[in-house]
Amino acid sequence: MKPRRRFMSLSAFLWLLLAAAYFIIPLFATLLISLKSNQTGKCCTAHNYGWVLHNGDFWHTLKISFLLALETIVISLLIFVPTIYWVHLKVPRLRPVIAFLALIPFIVPPIVMVVGLLRTFKGSPAWFYQQPWGFLATAYVILAFPYMFFSLDAGFRSIDVHTLTEASQSLGARWTTTLFRVILPNIRTAALAASFLTLAIVMGEFTIANLSAFHTFPIFIQYVNESQGFPAGAVTLMSFGITWFAMLSLLLVGRKRGQSGGVIAGAK
Amino acid sequence: MTFLQLENLHRDFGTVKALNGINISLGEGEFLSLLGPSGCGKTTALRLVAGFDRPNQGRILVDGKDVTNVAPNKRDMGMVFQAYSLFPNMTARQNVEFGLKIRGQHKHDRGKRVDDLLELVGLGHAANRYPHQLSGGMQQRVALARALAIEPRVLLLDEPLSALDAKVRVQLREEIRRIQLELGITTLYVTHDQEEALAVSDHVAVMYGGVIEQMGAPAEMYTAPATPFVAEFIGTMNRLDAVVIDGTSGEVEHSGLRLHVDAARGRRNGERVLVLIRPEALELEARTNGAAPNSFAGEVLTQTFLGPVTRLKVTGSGTSLIADMSTARAAALPVGASVVAKIPSEGAKLISLPDDGPGLPVLDPDDQ
Repeated sequence: MKPRRRFMSLSAFLWLLLAAAYFIIPLFATLLISLKSNQTGKCCTAHNYGWVLHNGDFWHTLKISFLLALETIVISLLIFVPTIYWVHLKVPRLRPVIAFLALIPFIVPPIVMVVGLLRTFKGSPAWFYQQPWGFLATAYVILAFPYMFFSLDAGFRSIDVHTLTEASQSLGARWTTTLFRVILPNIRTAALAASFLTLAIVMGEFTIANLSAFHTFPIFIQYVNESQGFPAGAVTLMSFGITWFAMLSLLLVGRKRGQSGGVIAGAK
Repeated sequence: MTFLQLENLHRDFGTVKALNGINISLGEGEFLSLLGPSGCGKTTALRLVAGFDRPNQGRILVDGKDVTNVAPNKRDMGMVFQAYSLFPNMTARQNVEFGLKIRGQHKHDRGKRVDDLLELVGLGHAANRYPHQLSGGMQQRVALARALAIEPRVLLLDEPLSALDAKVRVQLREEIRRIQLELGITTLYVTHDQEEALAVSDHVAVMYGGVIEQMGAPAEMYTAPATPFVAEFIGTMNRLDAVVIDGTSGEVEHSGLRLHVDAARGRRNGERVLVLIRPEALELEARTNGAAPNSFAGEVLTQTFLGPVTRLKVTGSGTSLIADMSTARAAALPVGASVVAKIPSEGAKLISLPDDGPGLPVLDPDDQ
């Protein structure tokens, strides 16, 4: 009979406990704060959550940020999926150049970027310049570039783009058919990862929105933080929950995909 | 009548001439193998036919129509790739069905055709499996069914068996040939495996350095190689660099050894030739006394067991010869034994060599 393997060594357990404490203690402290009454300062009441849920600004800014995130994701996917596909297929030598360009949003400070963008688009029409769906979405597409590029690039590198494309073409498929029916389903996990990273970034982006005077969800959180002590904890936890919900969705979708015939064969 | 024609195809990649004017004519329903070492241009030629690349010069005609500049998705050519090329997000059935869907074929007809093809390749039971649930051999069978589904005018196979193990390779190549004959489909097959090419083809074209060295029936390629390269590449060949001494009687000389070779009759005296002898044509026996005419005396250097036959390497007087003989007979000629190799005057072939040029091209052993 095989000896039973120990589930986890003591040192591993201690490290895990330490790591968990690092994440859980601040969350727990925030939870405790969020449960204190804004009037009396005493624990425990769900009143702050009720206040947030009944606050019109919460829903309004959440909607703006969520729609902005969706817009950014759609625009980014429409731009970057065909571009990275083409680069992998036809001009692989350009890949390092694009990878370098993708790093620029990391290097350039947001304050510099927003000033540059405001100057660049100063003369643009009001529907673009004064609306979050125009100016802010453009800035967020730039901000999401590295996350989109590196996620999608990893996805494209995990499949044999050339062979799959040529196989599809030899069967009579056009470029668009090949992209949507052969390539895209096989980089779906990478595209989802890129999308959720973008979602998380847009939902939490403060600097650009603040400097360009748009009222988004992070601006609302900041406002609550400054004006309402204990409800701020509730808002923080709820925004954290929304982000985690998005990540969990990705995990579940990815796992489901893996069970129904993953992206293994045909990979390089 | 010619169905697939490649006319004077040239393809350059920078300074490298991948194809340097190849011409091929293939009749309808015929099976041609492009055979050659890595970098000889065989895959480039296939990709030009498939439409994935364009020639710098030359034309490709299918059934008399010029398709040189036709897009690959309009060529109606089924292709099986070297790398596993099944769409990972689709089952075997969906893979085979893909081309038919693109063509807008009715669901009912599609289903029947897919079932028939999966049965044809012996995978009716695996229709709903995803590629990662299939072995390499099964994946290539599905890829073959997928390529055949669209009823292509020409079937192109780019080293489809090279990633498979030896047993599956032999099994699958026979199936490819059976299906090709059953459907009567014109087939262009690229391989670097000479055994594979000789076993399944109606014609074999041996390529080297972007040109076709020789094209012919498999038996012709084996028994009558036209160039030193083909002699080197197809099968194992003993090659003796010799000079014609007497063109009337067919006498040649190699390293002081005088041999009668029928094929040397009528040759110019002093002509530099290559005497080619297949290992199975050599007769080897234990040396008892002085050397017999038309024979080579030496010592057994190595013995390689190949199953029914054993390959012996014999050396002597600066020359090495390889002889194949039955394993039972080879047991009587152990390593170190003094032997005489009789060279049959009628079994040896002759190829002219340039008087002052190089002898044979040196091949990478992996390519042979």
